[in-house]
Parts: sequence; structure tokens; C-alpha cells
Amino acid sequence: MSDTYDSNSVEEAEIPETLTLPLDAWHRARGGRMVEFAGYWMPVQYEGIMGEHLWTRENAGLFDVSHMGQLVVSSEDEDQQDAITALEALMPADLSILKVGRQRYSLLLNETGGIIDDLMITRWPGGFFLIVNGATKWDDIGHLREFLPDDITLTHRDDFALLALQGPRAAEALASFGIAPAQPQIVPVDQLSFMQAGPYVWNGVELHISRSGYTGEDGYEIAVPAESAEALAEMLCTHPAVKPIGLGARDSLRMEAGLPLYGHDLNEEIDPISAGLAFAISKRRRAEGGFPGADRILTGLSQGTETVRVGLKLSGRQAAREGAEVYSGEDKVGVLTSGGFAPSLGCPIAMADVPAALGGPGTELFIDVRGKKLPATVAAMPFVPHRYFRKGAAK
Amino acid sequence: MTRYFTKDHEWISVDGDVATVGITDFAQNALGDITFVEVPEAGKALGKGDTASVVDSVKAASDVYAPVSGEVTEGNAALEEAPELVNTSPESEGWLWRMSVADAGELADLMDEAAYAAYIAEL
Repeated sequence: MSDTYDSNSVEEAEIPETLTLPLDAWHRARGGRMVEFAGYWMPVQYEGIMGEHLWTRENAGLFDVSHMGQLVVSSEDEDQQDAITALEALMPADLSILKVGRQRYSLLLNETGGIIDDLMITRWPGGFFLIVNGATKWDDIGHLREFLPDDITLTHRDDFALLALQGPRAAEALASFGIAPAQPQIVPVDQLSFMQAGPYVWNGVELHISRSGYTGEDGYEIAVPAESAEALAEMLCTHPAVKPIGLGARDSLRMEAGLPLYGHDLNEEIDPISAGLAFAISKRRRAEGGFPGADRILTGLSQGTETVRVGLKLSGRQAAREGAEVYSGEDKVGVLTSGGFAPSLGCPIAMADVPAALGGPGTELFIDVRGKKLPATVAAMPFVPHRYFRKGAAK
Repeated sequence: MTRYFTKDHEWISVDGDVATVGITDFAQNALGDITFVEVPEAGKALGKGDTASVVDSVKAASDVYAPVSGEVTEGNAALEEAPELVNTSPESEGWLWRMSVADAGELADLMDEAAYAAYIAEL
């Protein structure tokens, strides 16, 4: 037998320099099965993807996402106006209204409106904190260095690890460990609202914690100095609700949450509107433009796009993977960008780009899997409802 | 009954001129949670090395090859409802198909249990 149809990018691959991250030994000691991913050894699973996936949906999963790039962009002026101007020239977010401690999902765009990367951007007192994808971070750094003016400082914080604690018991677990706000105006971790962030202190170690993640569940991302990452991970796992979870379940969780993955559902050819990311184009930027590819993106917003990213539910148990062709009757209409078995739903799901006319929920399509046409129905995303924690009146 | 193993992690148990085929415990462990198994139908002719079955795990679909030439006599119908049998009992209840053995000489190319154990120890 052999793996012939894998497409989930978590397989072993022959890449010359595979690097280790701060938690490498910890994962191995915990029984993590390590695979090469984005140039690093990363745990794909511990006990099994299915069980880890369901554990995260019901309890709290601890993910090591230290392969992702943590970047700081800042300017010398106190109100960061120069950094705002420079970053707004590269992405469609409205950074002028982003308050300190608030986070947004945004995109680095190329000249034609294609997506160079998707990212999280947080306003800090002294600049902006960006979390970018692991596989694209070196290109992102190159892009930012090329297009940011010389007086804007770009720092790659590779001295920090990044942990994601995700699931309905994440807040209860994180709040149990004496992690204190670093400043009087910062709220305790369990009072942070979705897409809010702040500085915290734990055992004298500085942590940057945001209430965010990429599983559809409530949860946190925690930036921790590399030398303290193992102690933090070890402590978090002493809570009965917390288990370490591998990248395999991270992929199935984000698929169920309808969240696109860069390099699969997103790439430099696809514009944000076709990809279903219109929400990432801020209101002021829609009116003013001024970001790369604005013509194409604003036209797509007002007139619709030729193709749309849809979710698909398959009726049997056989999964369809990335690259499988999508048919409407006899006509090939698209290709899967992601696909796999959805543990929470007990059926296979997928994402694909199809002509806009075929994008309505309930549309019946077929997916060619090894010459078999498997019936699939366009389904509203997320497949599993998001459970983000939103406070009525977050500061 | 004699059991042989392939380098691709299939096992084949031969009883007279009928054989039962499955994937090894090592293989199911590497694949992880199995969510779907496509087994061949009775009557299908298989050449040695032909793709006979597909095992789908959460992360990937994998081909399973015929260890020898012959004709399928039965696919394991239990896997339709319970594909996880391949995880829980890979070398017994989780068998994939039964087949005739066209040329018993082909079995000589396969490993016995001790040789397979030594083979996977090197992987």
C-alpha cells in the first residue's frame, strides 16, 4: 500500500534543512508523531487525529504553532501614523481605527489583488504585531522589507514560540494558572473578548495573549519567549481539560470551521472576494481604495466574481481530497482546494472554487475520486458553528 | 496456514489455494484513524502489484496492492459499516479481501513474519 492521494500537506517530505522549534523535544517526549511541515519538524498527531479533534471541540487542545512568523512593524512617531500609512499600502485593513489591544484578520495583497498571505494584525502601544503563515513567512518578510519605507522597522520575533489553546474549556483552563495582566487597564485572560489582546506576566515571563485562533472554537494564542515555552506548555497540560493536539486535527478543525488555509484555499491568483473574505476589506478602504489590486477587488465587491469558494458536503464516507475535480453534470467546473473527513460531522467535507452561479447552498455537484463521481452538495460555511467569545462591551 | 508480508505493508494468509489479504498493524498505525475502506468485488482479476483496495484515513487515502495474482472471491463487507476494524484488528477482523492464488511461486518473493519484523525495525 502507499499514500497516493494525500494533499493535506502534513506528510513527511524530503526537504534538506528541516529545523527544530523550541518544543521539539517536548512533543517527542509526549509521543507526538513528528513530520516535516513548513520547513520544521512539527507534531501531526499524538493519540490520533479523530480523538484529538473531538477533544478540542469538547475540552481544550494545546497546539504548537511556533512555525508561524511573528513580526513587529513600527515607526518612530509616537502615534504610529507612518507605520499605519505604510501597512495600509500593502493590506486592505483600516488600521487608523484599530485600537491598542485589538486584532484583525487581514491580507497581504499583490498588485493584481491576489493574496500573498493571510495574517492576524494586532495594535500594540509601540507598533503592530503580525502573525503570518509558517510556509510563507520568509516571502512575507522579503515582501515587507521591499515595500515598507526605510524608516519603518520590521522585526522578526523568532525568539518567541507561539501556542494556541483552543476549545470551550480554554478560558477556564488558562485562567487557573495565575497569569496576571501586565498593566492595570488590562483585563484578566478570561475576560478578553474575541480578537482582543494584551500583555500578561506569568512567573516573571512576559506573555502576549490574544483571544483568537483558527479552529472555530473559543480560545487563545499565546506568544511566549522560546526559553519559557516548554515550561508553559507543561504547565498548561497539567489542567485536566488540556491535551496537546497535532497539526492533523488543526487542519480538520479549521476545515469544519470553514476557514481557508493559505497555499490550499488561498494563493496569489485568488482575490479576497472570490475566496469569501470580503469581510477583510474594511469599510473605509472600500470607499477609498488605495490597497494593491483595489480595482479588481472593489469591482468584485460591487459586481460579484466569476468564481466563489464554496463548502461541499459529501453523502457517503469516502473523502475527496485537494486537487479532485468538481463536476456539474458532465462539465468540469472546478477543483477542490481542501477536503477530508470531518470528525465532528461524521462525513467528508471539502472546499472548492466553482462558478458563482453554482455557489448557492443546496446546489448538487459531483467530485471525481479515482474515476468515481461522488455526489456532493454545496453547504453553507462554517460547517460547524463558530463559538467565539464576544463580550457585549469590550474595551 | 502461512502468512506472508510485502514491503508495502500488506499481509497475506494462504490456506490451500485461497488467501486473505489485509494491511499490517504497522500500516494502520502509520495511517491513523481509518474512516472509509473501498474493497474489491468478487470476480475482479488482480495482477501482482495491482491496486485492489483503498484505505481512507482522516489525513490521506492510500492504495492497497495485491501481493500476488489471482481473482477476488470476497471483499470484507463488515468494513462498510465499521472501517475502524482496520485500526482495531488489522491482522484479523479488519481483513480487506479474499482471493485465489494463481501462481503459488509468487509467494516466494514475499517476507515471512520474522523478515517483516526485521524490515519494519529498520524503517
